[in-house]
Amino acid sequence: MTVLDFIQIILFFTLLIGLTPILGNFMYKVFTGSKHFMLPVFGWLERVTYKFSGINPDEETNWKSYTFSLLMFNLIGFIFVFLIQLFQAQLPLNPANLPNVSWHSAFNTSVSFMTNTNWQGYAGETTLSYFVQMIGLAVQNFVSAATGIAVLLALVRGLARKTTDHLGNFWTDLTRSTLYVLLPLSILFAVVLVGQGVVQNFKTYDTVQTIQGATQVIPQGPAASQIAIKQLGTNGGGFFNANSSHPFENPTPFSNFLELLAILLIPAALTYTYGKMVGSTRQGWTIFAAMLILLVVGLSISLYAEYSSNPIFGHLPLMEGKETRFGITNSILWSTSTSAASNGSVNAMHDSLSPLAGMVAMINLMLGEVIFGGVGAGLYGMVIFVILTVFIAGLMVGRSPEYLGKKIQKFEVQMAIIAVLAPNIVILLFAAWASVSSPGLSSLNNAGPHGLSEILYAYSSAAGNNGSAFAGLNANTVFYNLTLGFGMLIGRFGIIVPVLAIAGSMAGKKKTPSSAGTFHTDNWLFIGLLIAVILIVGGLTHFPALSFGPIVEHLQMNNGITF
Amino acid sequence: MKTLFISIKIFLFFTVLTGVIYPLFVTGIAQLTMPAKANGSLILKNNKIIGSELIGQRFDSIIYFTSRPSAISYNPLPSGGSNFGLTNAKLKHSVDSLKNQFIAFNQLDGNTTIPSEMLFASASGLDPHISQKAALLQVDRIARARNISPERKQSIIQCVKTITEAPQFLLLGEERVNVLILNLELDKIDANSNTNTTNK
Repeated sequence: MTVLDFIQIILFFTLLIGLTPILGNFMYKVFTGSKHFMLPVFGWLERVTYKFSGINPDEETNWKSYTFSLLMFNLIGFIFVFLIQLFQAQLPLNPANLPNVSWHSAFNTSVSFMTNTNWQGYAGETTLSYFVQMIGLAVQNFVSAATGIAVLLALVRGLARKTTDHLGNFWTDLTRSTLYVLLPLSILFAVVLVGQGVVQNFKTYDTVQTIQGATQVIPQGPAASQIAIKQLGTNGGGFFNANSSHPFENPTPFSNFLELLAILLIPAALTYTYGKMVGSTRQGWTIFAAMLILLVVGLSISLYAEYSSNPIFGHLPLMEGKETRFGITNSILWSTSTSAASNGSVNAMHDSLSPLAGMVAMINLMLGEVIFGGVGAGLYGMVIFVILTVFIAGLMVGRSPEYLGKKIQKFEVQMAIIAVLAPNIVILLFAAWASVSSPGLSSLNNAGPHGLSEILYAYSSAAGNNGSAFAGLNANTVFYNLTLGFGMLIGRFGIIVPVLAIAGSMAGKKKTPSSAGTFHTDNWLFIGLLIAVILIVGGLTHFPALSFGPIVEHLQMNNGITF
Repeated sequence: MKTLFISIKIFLFFTVLTGVIYPLFVTGIAQLTMPAKANGSLILKNNKIIGSELIGQRFDSIIYFTSRPSAISYNPLPSGGSNFGLTNAKLKHSVDSLKNQFIAFNQLDGNTTIPSEMLFASASGLDPHISQKAALLQVDRIARARNISPERKQSIIQCVKTITEAPQFLLLGEERVNVLILNLELDKIDANSNTNTTNK
């Protein structure tokens, strides 16, 4: 690594830390209904939304109605995206004359975008029309991110309020997240990206005669607007098949830096918003610190692995599946961030990463997408681990566990356990099924332990609602489209529903004032405990599977063995 | 039932807002202020599009700078990489044979270190760049193939250096050379030298 590599990494983290309180404070104002500078710009649009949809913004609901509204809204989105894919040939804005999508691929894609996963079994430029990409997928990019924020807000209110059953209004949370946070940031990002060369048009694909006389068809489309929200909303579903390694999707090192920052920006800032909303920014920074430590440790291991020599390729820099303009450091910074943040966009092919760098990405998925994680989703997932940590610490010292003055009791722990187990069950059971069945194995692109890694990565990505892939796996088959589709549903709603149940139960509790005996959740000791709990839960669950995949592959690579 | 109606209405509202108005608004700004970039940074020659500055093309002719290996042979429908893992025997085999090919094609010394990007396929399969070192290793071969005099060869080397882009803002990303632009310049240099020869 060169000095420039280190400077880029430091610059990235400095900006991330610096922007966290700024954007976090702005979102605090937005979500608590205070005055903020976007109100004069989009305030009228918020009122129009409520008027058109028949929403009373002042009406607050309990956790069951909140959950019901959320599920209903998501269901409508799913049905819509499913149907327009089945009939895209009959719909407008299809200059490449792409045919209708198969039912299982359409099912997988609509689940994928509704759940903020953006797993892609298809290749954008040869499968989906501009109509489906815009009207279907881009919309889900916004509202699935806003859904994640809404769940987080309900949880925060449950923790911050006392003896009430009011958790807020799903519709206002959805609307404000979209109008004041996601939309303005996306417009800004999209325009800057076009300035770097990202395409934004409705032309038909250009057919060109290359200098050597071959014919090359260059795909076009409204890419910039979709890429902006894909990065900001931790969606990750590329406009083109090669995602952010495609020169039209990520043309320059500067566009790369911005897209990278956009992956972590909102999830990081939400920790500050969280702190403000529960009445102590220290609580927010504590969680931020735990996330940052896990991210930096993962990054260090990945960089070490990528810059090490090995007997197969010697000292040759490992450029397979990487772009010249980004080089190794920017590819690894991205692979670590995108897997940590449940984004899932890629600027290098994860299938071709060195075994340990690929494993770090996989572990980020397996830990439940809580290292910054998805917009909203990462933080509510992290609060689940906070509850577990408080509970375990309480057991150790023999004191009834409390978090933010609220007692943690049987119901909360039960719900937390469901939320932790749901994605892990998906990963282990489905991956086991795929590795012993012929429809599972026939899709592999690599033999040996790397083949198992491809399967394991796919289900971890689905369950964590990440969406990145060891893309050699041919996942556009009935088997993978269906199992991964159900995996994404369980990984999303198997967490959202327990989280909202916890929110409802916490809201009803009294607040105990803090005393000398209170276990503090805003210091380094707690950060250490929290990280330990996350690693122990993740490690115990996944170490056996990882040891048959990336770990053994690493050892064999170091002995020069190929498959 | 009330929730169902609200869901449908707000969904329609957001579909129009974020699925129609938002992309059209961005397209409007983009097309008005930076149409060339928004339309794919296309390169025109004699009023015909010959490619995009951003999308790599396949170059394997002896008179041009070679571009990176591509798992899709630079056919963008669809883009993608090889997705080979490092312990995949096919990858090892491909790297070895690309190395021998590059050395033989450019008549280099067998011990020359070949820049890594010339041996490994890119992520998108459309990578428009190679390193400056990879370009310079090819100059002798191109000069021979085009019958270019030694002093003209210097101008090719100069051209490689001029086209080399430093890390953006001297800070971000890697140093790189755009192969398509380089080859277009190369044709220009060669055309000039031919005219000069005829004028004599």
